[in-house]
Amino acid sequence: MMARGHVRFLVLILAVAICGAASAVQPISDSHRSAAVDVFVPVDGSDKSLEEAYEALKTLEILGIDKKSDLSSATCENVVKVLGSSSSTLKDAFYALKVNGILKCKSGGDVPKEVVSQLQAGVKDAKSLLDFYYSVGGLVLVKEQFSGTDPSLGDAKAIFRSIKSLSQNDGRWRYSSNKPGSSTFAAGLAFETLAGVISLAPSEIDQSLIQTLKTGIVKLFDSIQKYDDGTYYFDEKVVDGHESQGPISTTASVIRGITSFAASESTGLDLPGDKIVGLGKFLLGVGVPGDAKDFFNQIDALACLEDNRFSVPLILSLPSTVISLTKKEPLKVKVSTVFGSKTPALTVKLSHALTSGSKDSSVITNQELKFDADTATYFLDSFPKNFDIGKYTFVFEILLDDSANEKAYITEAETKVPIAVTGVISIENPEIAVLDSDIGSVESQKKLDLTKDGAVSLSANHLQKLRLSFQLTTPIGRGFKPHQAFLKLKHESQVEHIFLVKTSAKKSELVLDFLGLVDKLYYLSGKYEIQLTIGDASMENSLLRNIGHIELDLPERPEKAPRAPLQSADPLSRYGPKAEISHIFRVPEKLPAKQLSLVFLGLIVLPFVGFLIGLTWLGVNIKSFPSSAGPAISALLFHGGIGAVLLLYVLFWLKLDLFTTLKALSLLGVFLLFVGHRALSHLASASNKLKSA
Amino acid sequence: MVKSTSKDAQDLFHSLRSAYSATPTNLKIIDLYVVFAVFTALIQVVYMALVGSFPFNSFLSGVLSCVGTAVLAVCLRIQVNKENKEFKDLAPERAFADFVLCNLVLHLVIINFLG
Repeated sequence: MMARGHVRFLVLILAVAICGAASAVQPISDSHRSAAVDVFVPVDGSDKSLEEAYEALKTLEILGIDKKSDLSSATCENVVKVLGSSSSTLKDAFYALKVNGILKCKSGGDVPKEVVSQLQAGVKDAKSLLDFYYSVGGLVLVKEQFSGTDPSLGDAKAIFRSIKSLSQNDGRWRYSSNKPGSSTFAAGLAFETLAGVISLAPSEIDQSLIQTLKTGIVKLFDSIQKYDDGTYYFDEKVVDGHESQGPISTTASVIRGITSFAASESTGLDLPGDKIVGLGKFLLGVGVPGDAKDFFNQIDALACLEDNRFSVPLILSLPSTVISLTKKEPLKVKVSTVFGSKTPALTVKLSHALTSGSKDSSVITNQELKFDADTATYFLDSFPKNFDIGKYTFVFEILLDDSANEKAYITEAETKVPIAVTGVISIENPEIAVLDSDIGSVESQKKLDLTKDGAVSLSANHLQKLRLSFQLTTPIGRGFKPHQAFLKLKHESQVEHIFLVKTSAKKSELVLDFLGLVDKLYYLSGKYEIQLTIGDASMENSLLRNIGHIELDLPERPEKAPRAPLQSADPLSRYGPKAEISHIFRVPEKLPAKQLSLVFLGLIVLPFVGFLIGLTWLGVNIKSFPSSAGPAISALLFHGGIGAVLLLYVLFWLKLDLFTTLKALSLLGVFLLFVGHRALSHLASASNKLKSA
Repeated sequence: MVKSTSKDAQDLFHSLRSAYSATPTNLKIIDLYVVFAVFTALIQVVYMALVGSFPFNSFLSGVLSCVGTAVLAVCLRIQVNKENKEFKDLAPERAFADFVLCNLVLHLVIINFLG
């Protein structure tokens, strides 16, 4: 009983997990806020870098969580220290100014002059994109935070051009001119930096420069990656040298870049709307990241999308993707911005509902959803008569009522959402009967009451059959074929047998002929419990019921028949660890002592030395080695070729396989044949001449 | 009796040596090579007798390499011997080419078997 409880619990968890995975993207909600507190608040300003402190503060500020007091004192000290010294790095100065923008540690006329001059020098000496990013970004922050200052950039046009010179043809950017690898993440940084240059010196940058940058942005959008459900994201293609950036931070970087660029200039940026919505869906689809960096990137990029100069994406979300036909639940749809705030008046249309599996049959077409102003929900409460349970793909369209808003807001052309429709399935004519095998006449027949356990008690012998039948119909009266229909027979000795019920839309039936099953039942007579399982994802009243028991009278077990396997007490133990398998390896043969082998290796050389000594004693010479160039070369090649073949053999012994060796050997062999023939025929003709002379 | 036997044996060796010294140098080189190969094989057999025949294929390939090349050298000697009228028409260079080819094939098999 305990074990079954465990199994049910597992199934429940799985079902919840599956339902959760199937739902479409949801806007940022309270779950993000509570997670953000967990991820960011245990920061103690002193032991975190300013970059991390800024990311925490910025995320909390966007989400509207007021935790500044927890962080401010230690972090502010750090900020004042960095802004007061002239030796801090550009990166520290940049993040100190960013934190200062949120915490207001230093403001008004109290301009940190050292930092401004340091940043100005940084712009002048900048070699890499990151130098430009920190120094220009820092100057923009100084201009924003300290009233009355207008830090000059120097030659803004030249700076703009030198940043632009790092761009690549495909819209991506290099980190510096001597590093060849280009990066999408760097492109985002570059757009932000150039936007800073434009805002610091708006009069100096002319339209042609801005126009080239715009075409660069459009090109970058050609390299965007896509998922099948209309989700778009940016990813790094090559990562060399620099730390690798994941898709979240790359996408966030590009979004930050294009929003600050769009904010800095007035002519407007024309970006493909479906891709902007797709980027929003990607960032929302991440869910709640556990990593602080990802969390910041997600929230910061979504905040950029929420408040931008080109167009604000609207996201369609469903509180539940499961509709119950029996409970007459309406289909609810919400449309909001990525942070869940209100949208202008609009119409949501269900353009069609497709049965999954078949492409063409649309059950509902062109239905406009009603609007409930109190909950800001669009809903559909009446479904057509032929709308049955099952799995569907609903295709929604969002139309803005006021065409003036069409510039400011963008929506997906159509949003596809998988919807599961469930209902109570009625089980009709459930019957269980024992039949006489030869004539097929009914011995005893019982109506089943599937609402309670243990109602049936039957008895049968091995010459009889058991028949179970029922019909399933959906709420609108159609025949229904469930995913699962099993009958389980369980003997007193815990031996179980599972039989599949043959299902069809008209009638589900199972006939057990005990004569053919005696072997499978291990000739075990006695009481069997009968358990019936009917289940389907769309069936709200899926059941698992002990419908009673049957007393079976089977013949004696013959000698040869197999015995019933022993059942372990705990059925879950079969998922436990298996017994350890101990492998028996061949014991390695005893090898002789190394010294002895080396001694014999030396001994092997001795006959060879003797051979060489013998050769000198015989007075061997190489006088007949050809002296003229051509034959000498072929003789040398002949000896070299033999050496090469022997070397090939050594390689074959050490690492090559037979096929490689044979291939190389056939080439070498042809060569050897050729030079050998030449060398030896020269020798032969020389000795012939000698003879005839 | 004993003395005369040892003297006969000495005479026999003397005559053998003087007869062998008339052998052409190239045949002597081949003889030396055969002796070298046979001794190498013998050392391997002694090693096997001392430590056992565990990587038996290695032992076999080592010994067979020596014995095989010795046999091939003997064949070469038969063919290049001028006294041997049977191979009168065969050029010694051709015989040497055969020797090289056979050795290469033999050692391909040996290396394959060596393991």
